[in-house]
Amino acid sequence: MYTRAYKSAVAIPPLLWVTIFLLIPYAILFCYSFWQVSPLQIIIHSWSLDNYRELLRNHIYLEVLFRSMRIAGAVTALALLLGYPLAYFLSFRATKRKDLLYQLVIIPLWVSYLVRGYAWKTILGSDGVLNGFLQYLHLTNHPVEFFLYSPFAVILTLTHIYTPFTFLPIYASLEHIPRNLIEASQDLGASPARTFWRVILPLSLPGVLAGATFAFVLTLGDFLAPLLVGGPSGIMISNIVVSLFGAAYNWPLGAAISLCMLILVVTLLFLVERLEKKLSFQ
Amino acid sequence: MSANSNSPASPKSLWLTIYATCVYAFLYLPIAVLAIYSFNGTGVGGFPPKNWTLSWYRILFKDDAIWNTVLNSAIVAAIAVAIAITLGLLAALALDRANFPGKALFRRLVLLPLILPGIITGLSLLMLFVAATMKLSLLTITLGHGTALISVATTEIFAGLQKLDRAQEEASLDLGANHWITFWRVTLPNLKVSMIAAALLVFTLSLDEIAVSFFLIGRSNTLPLEIWSRLRRGITPEINAISTIILLFSIALILVWYRLRTRTSNEAAAVLPSTIQGEQA
Repeated sequence: MYTRAYKSAVAIPPLLWVTIFLLIPYAILFCYSFWQVSPLQIIIHSWSLDNYRELLRNHIYLEVLFRSMRIAGAVTALALLLGYPLAYFLSFRATKRKDLLYQLVIIPLWVSYLVRGYAWKTILGSDGVLNGFLQYLHLTNHPVEFFLYSPFAVILTLTHIYTPFTFLPIYASLEHIPRNLIEASQDLGASPARTFWRVILPLSLPGVLAGATFAFVLTLGDFLAPLLVGGPSGIMISNIVVSLFGAAYNWPLGAAISLCMLILVVTLLFLVERLEKKLSFQ
Repeated sequence: MSANSNSPASPKSLWLTIYATCVYAFLYLPIAVLAIYSFNGTGVGGFPPKNWTLSWYRILFKDDAIWNTVLNSAIVAAIAVAIAITLGLLAALALDRANFPGKALFRRLVLLPLILPGIITGLSLLMLFVAATMKLSLLTITLGHGTALISVATTEIFAGLQKLDRAQEEASLDLGANHWITFWRVTLPNLKVSMIAAALLVFTLSLDEIAVSFFLIGRSNTLPLEIWSRLRRGITPEINAISTIILLFSIALILVWYRLRTRTSNEAAAVLPSTIQGEQA
């Protein structure tokens, strides 16, 4: 029912915009990753694989990448551990105040990232709120230093930030489970535990997968939490990119790392999409 | 309806309630601490807070540097909303109604910034602006926000479009209205609520955005970047005070957004599920 002119009118502007501001920038990123920077800090447009060789040669890059993946994995696991039971509670237990409880999870989601990161900084610092509290209770008599500026602080802060992100798709998938399936399982004699493991959990897996992907990918690329609460031992791969684009001034090497991250993320999304299709056909 | 044979009073159910309460505490405690210490006379830290005062707010309200960045952020967010909503509306219509070569790629590309870490969007745009010899300024930040947030606007409006009754548009066309009039008189009014909801969301997200802005910043700061640069100099309760105000403002906008959202659908749908469903669609 829509004419050719209509279809072109709606499709062409966003196509153009996306080409100029997403596709071309990614292409430039791709080009940069094969260029070099001269000792005089001029970018030389000669093509080589040197940046990628450097990434494999110098162990620091892979080490930090693996550390970032470990941190992202820990955040994902914790966010699921907090988000899944919460979603289950809301979907199956909360009855009267369900709407209010749901909104209470949404609100922190849209509270500024910076505000939440900053809050943890003031709590975990050596003269922060937590240390003040511990000394007030006489549990310690001098400040505990290791709360702040550690991978632990990064994991804690990012778990706080991404738990609502993981909660939402899990909750949506739990809400979509037809309740008569659960009744059927119980009528056929399955215990509540068996009903959970054999019916509810498998049906909610697409939501779990979506939530986990969000938490993992966004943590993997984060550079603000490490700067805010991480300290030197909490440095992640994006921090290296930031320094290569700043003081260290090696855009081509930074571009190579960014491109690897981009490929990693897109591959992950592709795999998740495949897996999700498979799960929903079961 | 209780879906499980456990009655709400069973011990298992009690443990779940306690666990859920703890998760809520984890989500809200840091935010509460932040707000409480904005009234603490002896600065951020220590326990218990003492010497309650409003002086940090007084200092904040006299701080012109901060309010200039608030204005910058508001301008950036307003233009980002215009960009994201216009292109998001067109992209949603295109995804819903048009078939063209590369449509699948287009859909993935539009939605990618939603899940892509901000650093990649920020850096690749930085390289574009350098290649185009554009000076970094509020304009480059605005273009960055607009581009990144088209994804949010598209998913929100696409979800609204799914609920639209196409028979109305057909009726309008059958009765002799052309596509242009049908668009203005039928399609757009039906999408009004989801467009306002999307605009509120984009506005809030732009106000808070820091990862993309980090790379596109020129001479004038946005509010989050101003806070960021002050944090490097040390923490003061003045930052708690501005954070508390941002917090209240975000909550107010979100409540309006949520109202709009639930008024159109009985189901408590959230932006993220529709976002994720959008990726599969």
